[in-house]
Amino acid sequence: MTVTVRLFASYAQTLGRSAVDIETPEGATVEDVVAAILAMPGGDRLPPRPLVAVNHSYAARGTVIGEGDEVALIPPVAGG
Amino acid sequence: MIRSAVVSDPIDVVALTQEAASPSAGATAIFLGTVREQNEGREVTGIEYSAYEEMAVKEMRSILDEACSKFGLASAIAVHRTGELAIGEASIAVVLSHAHRGPAMDALRYIVDETKSRAPVWKLEHYIDGSREWVGSTGARHP
Repeated sequence: MTVTVRLFASYAQTLGRSAVDIETPEGATVEDVVAAILAMPGGDRLPPRPLVAVNHSYAARGTVIGEGDEVALIPPVAGG
Repeated sequence: MIRSAVVSDPIDVVALTQEAASPSAGATAIFLGTVREQNEGREVTGIEYSAYEEMAVKEMRSILDEACSKFGLASAIAVHRTGELAIGEASIAVVLSHAHRGPAMDALRYIVDETKSRAPVWKLEHYIDGSREWVGSTGARHP
């Protein structure tokens, strides 16, 4: 399945785009999606364990991604 | 009234204060975060805020709900602004009301601290020498 991963702030700048499509097998986890992004050109400039959100909530590494889920890499936050 | 929002227009704290008013409240607590002219020894000319809006609204709402059950608030509103902000402009406002001042002030600190460490909001600082830099915490508390 294709998972679209949204990118923000410094991560979007690092990869030069605001979203990236990843091809993953059924049952892929957050960990698998992160590994695929880190393996992309420029991915080595991201931190090895970025925070990930699935459907607008922080997600653990083992969370299984389903068809249509909204996945995002979350750079270190700095609100306020 | 419990409400979280991400907005691009200037924050109207008077309107928020009226919105948070409650007949059961003896205390209204207000926090405004404003853009400072210096950060870690560097002269700042402005800050560009961006957010993952849907998630920021959801996360801020969760924080408000937590504060309501923890402190028993009459109302709580958190608003974060995005876009280019000049020195002195408010980037965040938290306004809440409670029967008493003690828990009102404790809840205010809780909401502001949690929002700063959990809401997916980012700032790109602009410095007087023309350079720009992303500012961020580690977010190490998340899974």
